[in-house]
Amino acid sequence: MKRFEYLEARTVRQAVSMLQRYGDKARIVAGSTDFLVRWRQGVWNPEYVINIQRVAGLGRITYSARNGLRIGALVTVRTLEQHPAVRRRYPALAAAAASFAGVQVRNLATAGGNICNASPSGDIIPPLLVFGAECRIAGPGGDRWVALDQFFKGPGKTVLETGDLLAEIRVPPPPRNTGSHYIKHSPRGAMDIATVGVASLVTLEGRRGPASEARIALGAVAPTPVRAYSAEEILRGKDISHELMRAAADIARDGVKPIDDIRGSAAHRKDMVGVLTRRTLEQALSAAAGGPLNFEEQRRLTIQAAF
Amino acid sequence: MKKQLQITVNGELRQALVEPFYSLLDTLRDEMHMTGTKKGCDEGDCGACTVLLNGKPVCSCLVLAHSAHDGEVTTIEGLAVGQDLHPVQKAFAEYGGLQCGYCTPGIILSAVGFLESGEEPTEENIKHALGGNLCRCTGYSKVIESVMVAVKATEKATG
Repeated sequence: MKRFEYLEARTVRQAVSMLQRYGDKARIVAGSTDFLVRWRQGVWNPEYVINIQRVAGLGRITYSARNGLRIGALVTVRTLEQHPAVRRRYPALAAAAASFAGVQVRNLATAGGNICNASPSGDIIPPLLVFGAECRIAGPGGDRWVALDQFFKGPGKTVLETGDLLAEIRVPPPPRNTGSHYIKHSPRGAMDIATVGVASLVTLEGRRGPASEARIALGAVAPTPVRAYSAEEILRGKDISHELMRAAADIARDGVKPIDDIRGSAAHRKDMVGVLTRRTLEQALSAAAGGPLNFEEQRRLTIQAAF
Repeated sequence: MKKQLQITVNGELRQALVEPFYSLLDTLRDEMHMTGTKKGCDEGDCGACTVLLNGKPVCSCLVLAHSAHDGEVTTIEGLAVGQDLHPVQKAFAEYGGLQCGYCTPGIILSAVGFLESGEEPTEENIKHALGGNLCRCTGYSKVIESVMVAVKATEKATG
């Protein structure tokens, strides 16, 4: 535990200039749910801590059918869980948010924090990946956009450079006949980290038509959350049958090289990728054809706690 | 360097001079000497330190004290009105929702936060709302039962 100098930024510009001045010696905090734990453990030892919680404008969340969802970096995970448009249009994201820690952490933890900490198991990341989220990064030279699947470089590592601040996440509006689902597999139903987390999205051309889009994202089985592109490929443009979903699940399973750790062995994780890919695809397909489940039903299928 | 902060705790404006790494929990317990809020794991797993910050349940061990500057905090000490216990406290006492009592302030604040959230008070939603609170004694059945009783008492009171 090393003492640090504490700074508060009130505007994005102020935060960016503080980050520029202190570079690697500085760390941003918002909800501080990860920060205080890591700092006490001595894992994070910044000389400067920049609190952005009171930065104006970053706590906003809006949805429109034309522009989709705009999530300010300071929007809490609890807001993602409860927001009516997220529940309706992005059910996998609302349910993933509900599976995240507990209410008393979700009220603090922010969307930007969960992304910037770049944990392979961050719960809101796989659903944001399947919905095609993009990140607005404010930096010394102005704003730039990075697709979320290009944002992560490794565990705890991102494309953010000195002076960069993740300001906003934008998620395009899902087309009609889109279904999505997330399943989190972990020992405890709350306050736990995913052993494996899988999100799937299916868009159909008409209620019974072939799949115009299929996306799968996997958490906690690689150094970063990842899309299962080769599994998606065999689904796109096809009439999705149970056999085809099983085949996609096998490809997703065979394509990952997870590690052994305290939460599960590599072999167990690999098997679970197969199981959860199939189950999330089945639920996404059924929602694409028949409409979404209500939030409570979706949540019940999302949180799969088991040893 | 220590910095001054002010927080309204249970309706009373309090000031303290605290280090920037101090949590809201340590500020409440060590600086303001309000020890009703308990420290369990100190890393956001057990929920024993749950308080309401601006009306919402939070793990006070994870909140930087200075982030709560100008905020409103409700702790277990602030629920009873005089000798009258809060309906949730009353239900826990009458229906045996506690044994050793260490996790109880956190559980009660989570339950109060849930009742004030406007979420439908189904058993499933209550269990989900209390998922972040660990109890090593009760086995949870009586905890959930107590909250259900408090729900009914509150419904009756508000008609």
